[in-house]
Amino acid sequence: MFNARVTMKPEAAKGEIVEIRTVARHPMERGNYPDAAGRMVPRMIIHSFRATYGGEEIFRMELGPGVSANPYIAFTTVATETGDIVLEWTDDSGFTLTRTLRLTVAG
Amino acid sequence: MRLPASLAALLLILPAATAAEIRPGRDFLSPELRALQEDEARHPGMLWVEQGEEVWRRTPALDKPSCAGCHGDAAGTMRGVATRYPMVDRASGRLLNLELRIEQCRMERQGQPAFGYESPELLALTAYIAYQSRSLPMTVRIDGAAAPFFDAGRAFFHERQGQLNLACSQCHDDNAGRRLRGDVISNGVGTGFPAYRLEWNAVGSLHRRLRACSLGVRAVQFDYGSPDYLNLELYLAWRARGLPMEAPAVRR
Ligand code: HEC
Ligand code: HEC
Repeated sequence: MFNARVTMKPEAAKGEIVEIRTVARHPMERGNYPDAAGRMVPRMIIHSFRATYGGEEIFRMELGPGVSANPYIAFTTVATETGDIVLEWTDDSGFTLTRTLRLTVAG
Repeated sequence: MRLPASLAALLLILPAATAAEIRPGRDFLSPELRALQEDEARHPGMLWVEQGEEVWRRTPALDKPSCAGCHGDAAGTMRGVATRYPMVDRASGRLLNLELRIEQCRMERQGQPAFGYESPELLALTAYIAYQSRSLPMTVRIDGAAAPFFDAGRAFFHERQGQLNLACSQCHDDNAGRRLRGDVISNGVGTGFPAYRLEWNAVGSLHRRLRACSLGVRAVQFDYGSPDYLNLELYLAWRARGLPMEAPAVRR
C-alpha cells in the first residue's frame, strides 16, 4: 500500500516561509539479494520526489536504495500567491502518487 | 540482586533502575525516537491511523452500516475506550482486547468476515481507535468476571519460561533500564501498541511484540489473540494503570 501524509499550514502571509512535511508509506525494498528461497528480491523504491507550486517546480529529490522504509521528506517554500502545491512520489513500478494542497496567501 | 546466569550473559551490566516504579515506554526511548513519537508530521504510525479513519468511514456492503454509521465521530465516541481494554464481554464471558472487540462488531454488527489478526485493516482500525485515547490514563478492571483472567496473566508474567528459563518479570521488573542487544529494557507495558517498530518497518500489535519476547527466551510463541496473551495483556494493562496511552508509539 502506497500512500502519504502531508503536513502544511493552509494559509500564509505573502513572503512567509512555509514548511511542507511529508511521510510516504512505502517498503523502499532495496533489492538485489536472494530471499530465503534463493530468488533475487527485486528493487522497489520511490526513486524520485517532486513538488510544484502554481505549476512551477519548487523542490526535487532523487532517492537511492539506502533510504529506509516510509521516507520522511520536508522542505520549505516562500508563499507568493494563492495556488496549489502538487507533490509527486514515483516508484520503480512506474506508479506516481500525487497529493495536492491548496495554499491560500493573504496580503 | 543475583542474576540468573543466562541473563547475566546477555546483559551489558549497567546500574539497574529501581524496580519499584513502573515507567511508561517513552521514558526508555532514545531522544531521537522520543522526538519522532511526539511529532505527528514525521511519525510513520500516523499513516496507519489515517488508514484506520478511512476504514472507519467505509461502508462494508450495500445494506450494512460503516463503523461511523453506528458510532459517529470517533474523536468523541471512542475517546478513552482503549484505556479500558482488555475487558470481559458480558454476553460471552470472554476476555476481549481492542482488536477482538473490533472483530466482534465487524462480524456481528456488519455481518462481514473477520479482518484477521495482524491484517492491515485491523491494525489500522486499532491504531485509529487507540489514538483517540492518546495520553489518557489506563483504567482496566480486574475485579468480578475479570479476576480469573487477571490471576492467570499475573502468574504467567512471573513464570520462568523457555530454554533460557526466564520470566517476563526478570527482564521487565528486575532489569528495567539495563541494555540488552542494543535495546534498553523497559518496564514492558503495552500502552504504546499498536506501535511502529523500526525493525518491522510497520505498525504491529502487542501480541506481535509478545511473540518476539517469547522467541527471545526460546519459549512457545502463542498465537495472535490466544488466551495466554490476552490474560497477559490484562495483567500488563493493570500494571500500567494510571500511565498514559502512547499508541501508536515508535519503537526500535
Ligand atoms: C450496527 C451498529 C454497529 C456497527 C456497524 C459497528 N458497531 Fe461497534 N458497537 C456497536 C454497539 C451496540 C456496541 C456496544 C456493545 C456492548 O456494549 O456490548 C459497540 C461497541 C464497540 C466498541 C467497544 C466500545 C466500548 O466502549 O467498549 C468498539 C471499539 C467498536 N464497537 C468498534 C467498532 C468498529 C471499529 C466498527 C467497524 C468495523 C464497528 N464498531 C461497527 C454497534 C456497532
Ligand atoms: C530477556 C529479557 C526479556 C524477557 C524475558 C521478556 N522481554 Fe519483553 N522485551 C525485552 C526487550 C529487550 C524489549 C524491547 C525494549 C523494551 O521496550 O523493553 C521488550 C519489549 C517488551 C514490550 C514492549 C514495551 C514497549 O513499550 O515497547 C512488552 C509489552 C514486553 N516486552 C512484554 C514482555 C512479556 C509479557 C514477557 C514475558 C512473556 C517478556 N516481555 C519477556 C526483553 C525481554
